[in-house]
Amino acid sequence: MTTATDVRSAAKAEVKNLNFHYGAFHALKGINMPVHEKKVTALIGPSGCGKSTLLRCFNRMHDLYPGNRYDGKILLHPDNTNLLDDDVDPIEVRMRISMVFQKPNPFPKSIYENVAYGLRVRGEKRRSVIDERVEQALRGAALWDEVKNRLDELGANLSGGQQQRLCIARALATDPEIILFDEPTSALDPIATASIEELVTELKDKVTILIVTHNMQQAARVSDYTAYMYMGELVEFGLTDQIFIKPQKKETEDYITGRFG
Amino acid sequence: MTAHAQTMSAPPSTAPDAVSDRLRKRASRHVKERVIEFILFTAASISVLTTIAIVYILVSESLTLFEHVSLWDFLTDTQWTPLFDDAHYGIMVLLSGTLTSSFVALAVALPLGTIIAIYLSEFASFKTREIAKPILELLGGVPTIIYGYFALMVVTPALQYLFPELPGFSLLSAGLVMGIMIIPYVSSLSEDAMRAVPMSLREGSYAMGATRLQTALRTVVPAATSGIASAYILGISRAVGETMILAVAAGMQPNLTFNPAEPGATITSYIVQVALGDLPHGSIGYQTIFAAGLTLMLMTLGFNLLGYYLRKRFREVY
Repeated sequence: MTTATDVRSAAKAEVKNLNFHYGAFHALKGINMPVHEKKVTALIGPSGCGKSTLLRCFNRMHDLYPGNRYDGKILLHPDNTNLLDDDVDPIEVRMRISMVFQKPNPFPKSIYENVAYGLRVRGEKRRSVIDERVEQALRGAALWDEVKNRLDELGANLSGGQQQRLCIARALATDPEIILFDEPTSALDPIATASIEELVTELKDKVTILIVTHNMQQAARVSDYTAYMYMGELVEFGLTDQIFIKPQKKETEDYITGRFG
Repeated sequence: MTAHAQTMSAPPSTAPDAVSDRLRKRASRHVKERVIEFILFTAASISVLTTIAIVYILVSESLTLFEHVSLWDFLTDTQWTPLFDDAHYGIMVLLSGTLTSSFVALAVALPLGTIIAIYLSEFASFKTREIAKPILELLGGVPTIIYGYFALMVVTPALQYLFPELPGFSLLSAGLVMGIMIIPYVSSLSEDAMRAVPMSLREGSYAMGATRLQTALRTVVPAATSGIASAYILGISRAVGETMILAVAAGMQPNLTFNPAEPGATITSYIVQVALGDLPHGSIGYQTIFAAGLTLMLMTLGFNLLGYYLRKRFREVY
């Protein structure tokens, strides 16, 4: 008989007793959960439950806006860096953890420059290195064949699904340790959604993935682990199969079976 | 009050009257709309007709000049002495003053205006911006005659302290002050354009590990190019059309030079000089101001067309 522990790989990151405040609003309450290496972890829950807020803690996006406060830790392994530590430069964090957003947001630049962006801000100047990494990233995002003859065109000229894959390529190009996906398919049609989901499944061989999704079927399809959140609290965390087939908590079951949310 | 009471207690028999009332009301509304439409149309026509009238006057009056002076001489002669016995009508002379002073002004206003816009849009705190922006915009509201005297009484002596050979009137000091005057036009419009760049683009850039400066220069400025280009074009038009600062501080001697350290007349300052002078209307000397004005208008028209093209070419769809 297979138990959960058998499939469990080493943790890439661990959230420890994380509390987060937007000004006076207590948005995340005492979150504890692991993020397993080279697995897909899905964050699900109704709107406003804090899943995107939790995701955006991982790359310190909340630092961009005043009045936000973190308490607790997110440890990134193997070096045990606390990502939320005041002494840790958020830019260093974002160098290691990249992000794909809800709405495709290509920069007003060519396809090539979009993918090269992360390398350029890291000071990479060697054309040959950038060329190689751009091609690698575009292949990794299953976009190379569609764009290899028009790398100079504006990223915005691509279709919505292609733009999102361009954003994935952009996130891949810098060889991150974790990629955060914030509802990456909510602005896409079903076909584009399917291709992004397929891509996420392929990417987990190379990189640890954390994905926020509104769509429970999507969580079931792409993820290995699922965390169910409600009102800023982590209600249940476990293997996706367990969460979907035999949830331990009544609230999780109610949400998954569509009784609310 | 009584009318209201009557309506309230109106018996059903008056219903047909009420309907015809409503019909009449609609007809009167129609008339009212027509009247309003006519007023709006008239208001719009006034500005269009004024423009047409200006162009007509400039062209027709210039034609009288060109009966005496060939267009070729006008464009190629290297002297501008319409008021002398030995009259020459080379617009190049005035144009060189306009271009030189504008160049100095833009060399100040475009870089500084852009830097201020980047600072206000991407770096300044909300509070700083709320205080700094209105003060900056105040610069644009200072009457230009005051700038002119500032150039003449403050900037020129200061420059002479550094460069003792600088004359009392120069395109340089007028241009520098003109640049300061233009800064708010450039910075304010550029800042609006940068602030209109959606936050999602900035987040995308930060998420890639970019610093604030990298995000500002590599993402926000390129995304706001069309707006920044419009701001630059407006700045250029202001520089080319500016009059009082140059009339006061640049001297009014027509001088074919591209050296900012010399005095010179610009198209605008020449027009002021002649329009205020005692030349009889209708004389050839007087007619020259229309040709100068036409040249100026063609220049600003050209810049506006360029601005229109740039806006179309670089318009960003976020």
